Amino acid sequence: MTESREAEKIPVTVLTGYLGAGKTTLLNRILSEPHGKRYAVVVNEFGEIGIDNELVIGADEEVFEMNNGCICCTVRGDLIRIIEGLMKRKGRFDAIIVETTGLADPAPVAQTFFVDEDVQKAARLDAVVTVADAKWLAARLRDAPEAKNQIAFADVIIINKTDLVTPGELREVEARIRAINPYASLHRANKCDVKLADVLERRAFDLDRILDIEPDFLVAEDHDHDHDHDHGHSHSHSHHGLKHYHDEDMQSVAVVLDGDVDPAKFMPWISRVTQEQGPNILRCKGIVAMKGDPKRFVFQGVHMMLDGDSQREWKPDERRESKVVFIGRNLEEEDIRKGFLACAA
Amino acid sequence: MTEAPQATTLAQHVRPLEAGAEVVAAAFVGGAPALALADGAVLIGEPDEQKRVFAHPDAAILTAISDGKTLLTGGDDGRVAAIGGDAVAHTIADEKGRWIDALALRGGSYAWSAGKQVSARDENGTVRTWSAPTTARGLAFQPKGYRLAVTHYNGVSLWFPKVEGPPQTLEWKGAHLDATFSPDGRFLVSSMQENALHGWRLSDSRNMRMTGYPGKTRSMSWSHDGAWLATSGAEAAIVWPFKDKDGPMGKAPRECGVREARVTKVAFHPRALVAAIGYADGLLLLCRLADAAEILVRSPGGGPVSALGWDAAGARLIFGLESGEAGSLNLPG
Repeated sequence: MTESREAEKIPVTVLTGYLGAGKTTLLNRILSEPHGKRYAVVVNEFGEIGIDNELVIGADEEVFEMNNGCICCTVRGDLIRIIEGLMKRKGRFDAIIVETTGLADPAPVAQTFFVDEDVQKAARLDAVVTVADAKWLAARLRDAPEAKNQIAFADVIIINKTDLVTPGELREVEARIRAINPYASLHRANKCDVKLADVLERRAFDLDRILDIEPDFLVAEDHDHDHDHDHGHSHSHSHHGLKHYHDEDMQSVAVVLDGDVDPAKFMPWISRVTQEQGPNILRCKGIVAMKGDPKRFVFQGVHMMLDGDSQREWKPDERRESKVVFIGRNLEEEDIRKGFLACAA
Repeated sequence: MTEAPQATTLAQHVRPLEAGAEVVAAAFVGGAPALALADGAVLIGEPDEQKRVFAHPDAAILTAISDGKTLLTGGDDGRVAAIGGDAVAHTIADEKGRWIDALALRGGSYAWSAGKQVSARDENGTVRTWSAPTTARGLAFQPKGYRLAVTHYNGVSLWFPKVEGPPQTLEWKGAHLDATFSPDGRFLVSSMQENALHGWRLSDSRNMRMTGYPGKTRSMSWSHDGAWLATSGAEAAIVWPFKDKDGPMGKAPRECGVREARVTKVAFHPRALVAAIGYADGLLLLCRLADAAEILVRSPGGGPVSALGWDAAGARLIFGLESGEAGSLNLPG
């Protein structure tokens, strides 16, 4: 696919977050900023009201199973229909924002972009943005599997309502999030006051944008709220001295292999892992040095679906190393680690 | 001029029409060429005397169908409009801003759906509604009797609007999109999300699977004698035999107009076993079923053919593209 055709595709941002976390606040914030962009907004038919936008489409979240032999493959049927319909208004809007219900699993939304050919032609998934309630997230992570899914799946996480918690509680919730998903970019906010650039046009599912896969550290400069000052002494040690939590059932597994992999071993392996552990793998990503290939091979996936391609060339001063990351539930870490290391060329 | 042997072409008999927006449907309405456009307008009339009817102002036409007398349009403004050869639009229904997803039309009866809600209006103007189990994606009136097929997730329901009680549901796992009855009413065929058609023989609800498509089928057309169903979704028009009592069961389909581009639109000629076939690259040709002989109507370019329609006599063909290009072909002699 040529880049220009990719560029013509309508970006789709998915907003998730547990009930009451502040999705609608973020949505209204996006819509009210003077960015000059026109958004089509897809909201749940029975969701919260009060969205001030010209193009608002109410939808039932209809999750359909696909008969394609992929046991965890579900898609959002309503989204396929809505994107098809919105294409009749091509040129009259610039981007789509999909607000999911608080109990929604983000996977079917993402999988819709892997599975449906017409959706793929018209639109591209930009990022999954999850709004988390600073005060209540820790409790929800204990009692609501949906909340954990939304954190694990996210490309961007906004910890909202930080004014309602103490600095210690905030560090605690950040550590809980990091235990599940160390790779999402994390932002603190009150009333979802984040920069739009942190939320929109992230290109998180764009293979060309997989530059490195490193845990995201929340740095103090990340936010410029007025409460920055009183962080001072109480906070200075916290970022790199994050408390380490281990989530009981949701983890990330990262494996680095120094050097090249043998494509004849790697391809069957990645395919087997995603087939066998696919139902438990929420997201995966990798940058791989294939033996004899001057270009980096990058891939990303959702459950059992994989999307991979050759990317740019390895730079002369760049160390050829291969790295894979999986985020999921009850992952068989040793199996993944040994399996990947055995792909060494 | 070229000396190279050239496939027969009718391109010189095509008159361009200025549509200016994506063509959602093309038909002859009361004998006049008509184009339903994504910008909410309907263009109706001969090339020199076209009228632009603003059927859905500031909105988009999502779906449109015609029976030759009326063009029925459904918009993302929630309105259903009927336009006759007189180029006057009448509002049939207003679902208050909800999208009109599907339409059906037969005689003086209309049907439309918005989300799960399906409405049918009989000749006397009485509107009845039914709620489908999931969003209704396709509607089709049965050829005889006042009965409507409604496609949804995991099956198709057959609803008698004038009869109390739950509709009969033909179940088949998966999401069903468009629906069509064979002209003799023996078969019902739906297109599916998973690149396949599903059919039922209505006498005994026997299932028929029609698979092998590389893409979704979004256009289906019956031959005038009801013996063949032409379909889009492959690099040829896939034409299934429905003449025998078992329909296409155990039989291979014919392939017409095999090319290296996806077929996006098919329309059988109303009197002969010839199909008009439009492709994703803008090419349009006529193909004779008997020997697969092809005649070019439009060369490639401009993007997918999105609409096709014959007049009742089969002397004229109107077509439109997603790009807003359109034209009408007058068959010579």
